[in-house]
Amino acid sequence: MTVFSYFDHDADIGVIGRGRTLEESFEGAAAGTFAIMADLAQVRAARSIRIEFEEEDLELALVTWLNTLLAEAGTYGLVLGRFRLVRDNSHWQGEAWGEPWREDMDRGVEVKGATLTMLRVAQGPEGFEARCVVDV
Amino acid sequence: MDMSRLRKLNDYCWTAPLTPGEERGPVLLYGSELLLVNMDDKVLEQITNVARLPGLVGTAMTMPDAHWGYGFPIGGVAAFDADQGGIISAGGVGIDISCGIRTLRSNLMLHEVDGKLGALADALYHRIPAGVGEEGELKLSTAELDAVLLEGAEWAVRHGYGDPEDLEYIEERGRMGGAHPESVSDLAKRRQRGEMGTLGSGNHYLEVQVVDRIHDAQAATAYGLQEGQLLITIHCGSRGLGHQIGTEYLLSLAKAGGRLGIALPERGLACAPIHSPEGQQYIGAMNAAINVALANREMLTQLTREVFGRIFPDSRLELLYDVSHNTCKAESHKVDGVERKLWVHRKGATRAFGPGHSALPERYRAVGQPVIIGGSMGTGSYILAGMAESEERAFSSASHGAGRAMSRHQALKQWHGRELIDELAGRGILIRTRSMRGAAEEAPGAYKDVDLVAEATEKAGLARRVVFLRPKVCIKG
Repeated sequence: MTVFSYFDHDADIGVIGRGRTLEESFEGAAAGTFAIMADLAQVRAARSIRIEFEEEDLELALVTWLNTLLAEAGTYGLVLGRFRLVRDNSHWQGEAWGEPWREDMDRGVEVKGATLTMLRVAQGPEGFEARCVVDV
Repeated sequence: MDMSRLRKLNDYCWTAPLTPGEERGPVLLYGSELLLVNMDDKVLEQITNVARLPGLVGTAMTMPDAHWGYGFPIGGVAAFDADQGGIISAGGVGIDISCGIRTLRSNLMLHEVDGKLGALADALYHRIPAGVGEEGELKLSTAELDAVLLEGAEWAVRHGYGDPEDLEYIEERGRMGGAHPESVSDLAKRRQRGEMGTLGSGNHYLEVQVVDRIHDAQAATAYGLQEGQLLITIHCGSRGLGHQIGTEYLLSLAKAGGRLGIALPERGLACAPIHSPEGQQYIGAMNAAINVALANREMLTQLTREVFGRIFPDSRLELLYDVSHNTCKAESHKVDGVERKLWVHRKGATRAFGPGHSALPERYRAVGQPVIIGGSMGTGSYILAGMAESEERAFSSASHGAGRAMSRHQALKQWHGRELIDELAGRGILIRTRSMRGAAEEAPGAYKDVDLVAEATEKAGLARRVVFLRPKVCIKG
């Protein structure tokens, strides 16, 4: 289950993903990012995209994951609503589902990219938390 | 902001003295006490981090509209000398490279259009691709896009978007030199494919405004402005291509920091020495993104002219000025009486050349560069003129907007988009948007008082007020 919330930032928006595993927390951060742009409940899983990258640094991996999703969604005119990520050491493989923007969809605001500000990936007693500020 | 950490130099200029053991360059914060008290402490933290970067010349500073950003604060200005190990920072330019603002002056007066503003708002809303998920009509091949990356607004004019006369009134005459399309990834180019001639969202807008008050009659005359005149202001940036360049280089320069011998006070300041292959590659890509932003605003201008031409057949829209506020540019500035070539980062800050500057169009040279402070959709905006003193004080820089006073998250809790739009309509301001969330986040109350920002900008000696503009129609992304 993807869990996300937000934290305050003057100019932009802080996104927090949470999960029992590291990967789940990243999936939550992705859902939190795309929920700024659309009501995820309205997004049908009609198309999928696959992404793959190498990154040893967990915090930079979070930013890479979010920015790759944003780039792919922007390139193909998609809004994404469901996310899955698998990690094998520094190798990350992800999939996301969504559809092209529909006229009847409620629009939020565009996320331009994930930044390195307030960037943190940490494990606590209740699981993992992945956070950063996204530029809107 | 905790004012006990600041020392007042005058009513509109403050510094943060070094604490014991602290090693960094000096910082200045421009603004009134009221503006500074209400700023987040993060603004001071971020600008003092900037003052730790190598090769800083003079002081790192914030403009009166400053607020907490990523890497640099929004409203942050800092100059670096390449020959003294100076850096270029992707976090000092921002993800929306060359986000900027342009104002068009019309030959229409408010009383001539008053009954048609609703039709104008609807027509602009249908013609201007605005908001997340909206695409432009023009789809460019990679080869065509490479030409945009090199030629900027010149490319747009050559392809029928905009008038040749516009180029005179765009920074760098509409074409940023030193652009390297080969430094731009294929993904960045693909991401831009459907985004030429689009407004974007968030704080981007197209606004029809009326000149409400004149502060400086001489400069207003030079700018061709009179009370009651209708103006159009467009605020947007380099769209998907710029965002992709911004995020890619933010990551790659953050990773390269250690290898390049730079100890970053914060990873968001990701940077490289200007005299390094990494720095040069970023500069080439950034300049290409600047050209995309200039072309994009020129294309939106053409769409706007088409709409005005349909509704007001005798209308004429001339470009007053186009200025970017997320850039780093190589400029000559006098430091301690010596002319030096510096790389001036302006992150959410406007270049503001004073009277006589050779880069200004002849028409404005006697009064200084037009400086546009875009306010919120419910209050108003200002056009100011660059002042000679600004060169010594802030490398010829000034405020760029009202500046946020409240987070988007807080604004969403406080306002509802539909109610806000209805309330503004009751005050004669017509909003057209696809995004109720976006409208709420951009609520006028979420911004600082633009009057205070413009006043502080003038009293700090950065730029002087010329006219105040009242919004009439706003197309929000």
